[in-house]
Amino acid sequence: MGQVAGLLLDSIVSGILVGGFYAAMAVGISIAFGMLGISNIAHPALILLGSFIVYVLNSKFGWDPILVGVLATVPFYFLGTLLYGAYEFAFERRGTQLIRGLAFFFGLLFITEVGLQLIFGVDYRLVEAPYIGPSYNFGPISLPVRMLIPFLASVLLLIGLQIFFTRTFTGRAIMAVAQDKFALQLMGASPVRVKRIAFGLSTATAAMAGAFLIILQPVEPSMGRDYIGRIFAICVLGGVGSLPGTFIAAVIVGVAESITATFYGPSWSPAIAFGFLLIALVVRPAGLFGRA
Amino acid sequence: MSNGRFIALACLVGIALVAGSMFVTNEYYVFAAYFVLQYVVLATAWNILGGYVGYVNFGTTAFLAIGLYSAAALNKWLDLPIPVLILIAGVLCGGVGLAMGYLTIRLRGVYFTIATLALSVVVQTFITNWDYVGGSRGIYIMRPSEVLVFGSYVAYLFFLMTVLAVAAVVTARVIERSTFGFGLAAIRDDEIAAAASGVPVLRLKLVAAAVSGALMGMAGAPLPFYLTYVEPTSSFSLAYTVNSVAMPLVGGTTSWLGPVIGAVLLGTMQQAMTVLISSSVNLLVVGVLLVIFVIAAPNGILGLIRSMGGKKPDPETNPLAAMLAAEKRSSQ
Repeated sequence: MGQVAGLLLDSIVSGILVGGFYAAMAVGISIAFGMLGISNIAHPALILLGSFIVYVLNSKFGWDPILVGVLATVPFYFLGTLLYGAYEFAFERRGTQLIRGLAFFFGLLFITEVGLQLIFGVDYRLVEAPYIGPSYNFGPISLPVRMLIPFLASVLLLIGLQIFFTRTFTGRAIMAVAQDKFALQLMGASPVRVKRIAFGLSTATAAMAGAFLIILQPVEPSMGRDYIGRIFAICVLGGVGSLPGTFIAAVIVGVAESITATFYGPSWSPAIAFGFLLIALVVRPAGLFGRA
Repeated sequence: MSNGRFIALACLVGIALVAGSMFVTNEYYVFAAYFVLQYVVLATAWNILGGYVGYVNFGTTAFLAIGLYSAAALNKWLDLPIPVLILIAGVLCGGVGLAMGYLTIRLRGVYFTIATLALSVVVQTFITNWDYVGGSRGIYIMRPSEVLVFGSYVAYLFFLMTVLAVAAVVTARVIERSTFGFGLAAIRDDEIAAAASGVPVLRLKLVAAAVSGALMGMAGAPLPFYLTYVEPTSSFSLAYTVNSVAMPLVGGTTSWLGPVIGAVLLGTMQQAMTVLISSSVNLLVVGVLLVIFVIAAPNGILGLIRSMGGKKPDPETNPLAAMLAAEKRSSQ
């Protein structure tokens, strides 16, 4: 096998692994933006908040990052329901959600970022766990365990959510509120309550994604905004609101970025997601798996 | 007030500002005033698209940085005078605004917003990889030697920024009172109804996006000469974006006066706090103010003044206040 082919294979594999992690970051937006129509651009900042909670508990008490991520979903769920409560009261009820709602989430993004900067400074922080160092090698392909674990956990997270949305009553009610709020009311369910649960879930995924992020790479507070374009590109490309679509789009973006980073240098890869976003918006706004 | 009178008045204010700056001995104050005026331009430019049409642009940094780096690059290459650089930056950023609008504004407004957020990341990627302007190391800018009639270079830059601020405010006010502006307001209130009434929706939105982008770029062109050293991380600071969004929303978005009030208030506050406390804390304050205002005072300071003036709140623009007023009346 030639050297170029080996490099290509290796970058495709690491792209798939990173893509799985992108899916965990994007799934919260897929729920909030795709199903509820709430443009929560503060989501990446919440992910960073999750990363720093993991960092504190890991460095102080040596807790496992994934475990902290799973535990943190509970407070994040309640944080999400509180945020939705404020959003619903201040914007959805008045019908001003587009401009002021966006400004609200942008303000939250900014407050979280600057707040984290004031507490932790701008240094890069990382966590320690037994699976962060080693990696398996198969010929030219290397499988670092610190990428493998977030990938597998993300896949589990997405499968779990997909089962929840298609098999449970609450999950189906959330899918219903995305399609027809009025019909849901006729069935005797309160759209506001359903949306509150869904938004809580969406922010809860940020805690898990935050744990994956800090396992994959050291983090600093302003990193979140680099992910905004990437996450929304994945959601739009996958078809907003479709979880399998989100996963496939995340893998496509991950592989494209990884190949670009290998052959043209890592400083170019942030532009890739934007390219995908523009192409998706211009060619097929409904996304690969969306209902056109 | 007619447009002619307004322009005359705006020019008088501008002349007074420049004349006043000549008597200030401490150059720091002129620097601070430049900063505030720059935000008058940015906030006014943001408001032309955000306030008048209702399309939220989170890419102020991208437009500002395109203006900034085009000026830095052209200065290095051809040594052009700054007014020419400002015009070139305006044309360039107007084009970018038009292109962004053409690609995304036809869809839902939120896609435009997301695209503008992503645009700043992409522009930053390109600038970081552009060696001619120093890449990530940054670039030092030689201030040209000619200063015309102005005593110092800072005074010259201050004069230019005053001219830009006056031009931006006059543009906003002329748009507000024109058929173009009424068309924009119709789109903001109900896009489908506007289209049905014969408003050329897409064309008006694109023109507004181009004007807004051009003004932002023009504000960026003198910046390299003001800072004398620019590098990507600080040029793409989120502070520019959050300020240009917060200032109109705090001041009030429906009139040209709102962004000016917001810029002067928040701009002065930040200058004072940077000196007294720290620059991170003052950014935190701006973020908190933004959130408080969008929740509690959706029509900004202008809206607060209007409701204090005893006028019955308009249920269209301020439903909460109208509701509260109605409740108060019925309980009496």
